[in-house]
Amino acid sequence: MTNELSVVAAGDTVLSISDLRIEARVKDEWLEIVKGVSLTLRRGEVLGLVGESGAGKSTIGLAALGYFRAGCRLAGGSVRFGGTDLLAMPESRRRALRGTKIAYVAQSAAASFNPAKRLMDQIVEAAVTRGGMPRRDAAARAVALFRSLQLPDPERFGDRYPHQVSGGQLQRAMTAMAMICQPDLIVFDEPTTALDVTTQVEVLLSIRKAIQEHGVAVLYISHDLAIVAQMAHRVMVLRYGEAVEEAPIASIIDAPRHPYTKSLWAVRNLQGASHAATGDDLLRVEQISASYGTFKALDGIDLAVGRGQTVALVGESGSGKSTLGRVIAGLLPPDGGTLRFDGAVLPPVVRKRGKDMLRRVQIIYQSADTALNPRHSVRKILGRPLAFFHGLSGAQRERRVLELLRMVELEESYADRLPAQLSGGQRQRVAIARALAAEPELIICDEITSALDQIVQAGILTMLADLQRRLGVSYLFITHDIEVVRAIADRVVVLNKGRIVDQGAKADVLSPPFQDYTRLLLESVPEMTPDWLDRLVERRAA
Amino acid sequence: MSDSAIVTPPESLVRRSLKGLRGAPPTAIVGLVIVTAYILVAALAPWIAPYGEYQVVSDMPFAPWSSENLLGTDQLGRDFLTRIIYGARNSIGIALVTTVLAFAIGGFFGIMAAALRGWADQILSRFVDAVMSIPDLILTLMLLAIFGPAVVNLILIIAVLDSTRIFRISRAAAMNVVTLDFVEAASARGEGLTWRIVHEILPNILPILISEFGMRFCFVFLMIAALSFLGVGLQPPMAEWGSMVRDNAALINMGDITPLIPAGAIALLTVGVNFVADWFLGKSSGLADDE
Repeated sequence: MTNELSVVAAGDTVLSISDLRIEARVKDEWLEIVKGVSLTLRRGEVLGLVGESGAGKSTIGLAALGYFRAGCRLAGGSVRFGGTDLLAMPESRRRALRGTKIAYVAQSAAASFNPAKRLMDQIVEAAVTRGGMPRRDAAARAVALFRSLQLPDPERFGDRYPHQVSGGQLQRAMTAMAMICQPDLIVFDEPTTALDVTTQVEVLLSIRKAIQEHGVAVLYISHDLAIVAQMAHRVMVLRYGEAVEEAPIASIIDAPRHPYTKSLWAVRNLQGASHAATGDDLLRVEQISASYGTFKALDGIDLAVGRGQTVALVGESGSGKSTLGRVIAGLLPPDGGTLRFDGAVLPPVVRKRGKDMLRRVQIIYQSADTALNPRHSVRKILGRPLAFFHGLSGAQRERRVLELLRMVELEESYADRLPAQLSGGQRQRVAIARALAAEPELIICDEITSALDQIVQAGILTMLADLQRRLGVSYLFITHDIEVVRAIADRVVVLNKGRIVDQGAKADVLSPPFQDYTRLLLESVPEMTPDWLDRLVERRAA
Repeated sequence: MSDSAIVTPPESLVRRSLKGLRGAPPTAIVGLVIVTAYILVAALAPWIAPYGEYQVVSDMPFAPWSSENLLGTDQLGRDFLTRIIYGARNSIGIALVTTVLAFAIGGFFGIMAAALRGWADQILSRFVDAVMSIPDLILTLMLLAIFGPAVVNLILIIAVLDSTRIFRISRAAAMNVVTLDFVEAASARGEGLTWRIVHEILPNILPILISEFGMRFCFVFLMIAALSFLGVGLQPPMAEWGSMVRDNAALINMGDITPLIPAGAIALLTVGVNFVADWFLGKSSGLADDE
């Protein structure tokens, strides 16, 4: 396709957004969600957009394609791509640019690929139909991209269907799809957020290599400043649709001007007081094995949780950490092994456990959205375990409900609300209060902060530590996030493919000498320095 | 999102429904007016009907429209308008009882199948598949032939056959809810099956079931009318719109539109109920919107 836009020379401005204002429709009202953001992006430059959920990062990213999500509209400003105003041109011209000159890589590649078509057909589609490239040439270029993105067996990779490749590979395939027409601008929208840390490293490396080789301009969106630090030259920190701070990457990490920027790594700054082992174990897991059908999810697990202690169960997705939580909660009967609670054998299924036994072990889920019944008020959600375990009713129960709300730092008026009227962090606090209502001795926390923003996470983790001090409750904290482990754990258990590969006191596990898999896991966690990825590559090469 | 959320004070059910009504589309309002009118006619039949249900008022069958008999008389010389008014009572009443029964049966087993899974689900689902594989009308006719066309038999047979569809809907809807964490949390707490169904599952699938109720009511109503038209539904001398169409069909040949009035009454009610059901379905599909 011949286009005046393709003759953008190196160093020229590719994208310039000025005073962009976007409104979203919320219940018959138009609210401004992007409030006058301006940015410029030159060829070969990577600009990171960082912020928490709802900051408007993705909305700005899509606006760079001249696209607005359903329910959003432009309220002002301009988006200029290579000198032409994207928003002023007709939709048909914008569509011709998308996929060829401006490309987009979405967060969830698994949801973005058509599962019924082979990868190659989908990757070359834009090049063939929009770019007018012969299919054979497009396929050859795709294979070259597969090679440059370090995908296995690049010649035949395209013959596979999306379900036949791993999540990390699919994300790289999507990057290949974005690059096939040699665009001038690529928008990456949280491309590695859904991946495990060890996979993330590979994807980050290959994306970065591809960006450098092709010299495109990149808008890199992420909630994780540590990741953006590896990819971008400059960073713009967004909050509530406004640019809080914009600076080169090194200066934003070393000397953030705005206090909000610092809160983006709030969890990293948490320092938990550690609790010495008191000697008597509250929970003992002995040789537990479990499976889903023929798939063995857990194999010979041995661990112990001391009274008043926090044991972190760490591992990547599929390591069996949540399965172990379900086994302990009595929701999944194990194939073999014994659970002991306070010295007594814990029956394998809920039905066989007495009411008092059930009371003493509680579980909190990752997603408070689905863990709270959307049709029940907070009062009913908290009131039920009070009635069920403690037989409370009437004024007594009401008093205790309000007490629980105060314990999780929520106002008493929240008792009347439905879960939909609470924010994510507040919902998780209600879920915690529901567990506390039983007055348990052990709480299984299954990734309870993973879906939350850093500052909200930090608040909840601090509160949990505080509750532990006051109530002497033990936590089995299931997480994939090493920062969370550093913040709150006393002991750490590392799980990989259903087996324990490492366990011990936090200081022993998380400091040298490392066990192999633990080292891999720790190395893969992005650090808040721009050269982390480079050093990692050097170390691995050595 | 930040840690502050939108504050909406809790509202009473009456105020909420009034508010919901104000936002209703015109079709829903029309539907509501139609349905309300039918219910009033059915409930007040003995007071608004000019004559008795079985009362023969004229020596002449098929009398034309006149001041005594506004819509003329039927094949036995009974007042046609009176028969239509009583027909509303019989048809709507029986269809309502049948639909309620069908929902009770189908809903109960559907939710049980979703909650219990395993062999209970297999047995129930395969049984329902088997029943659904036989065409409804033929099976109904067969069963009515076996048990005889009494009103109780009619209600039971249609309710049982219709409950298979409600079984599928409630099972599918409950399946979606059963897998959510809050139901598992209730199991982990040690709650019994009944509590889980009544408090955790049912409130979340009720909007779907209510909107489906309107739709199923129409089908049941049409089924009864069709059976009556075929002569195996409600038996004479009970007034029923389907059989009134059949009994007076000959008049159409003479250019008299009277037999089309009960047919129109059936059609109008079906449309009205569907308008209301559509509105409900739209509301219930967006769970978050109505809160």
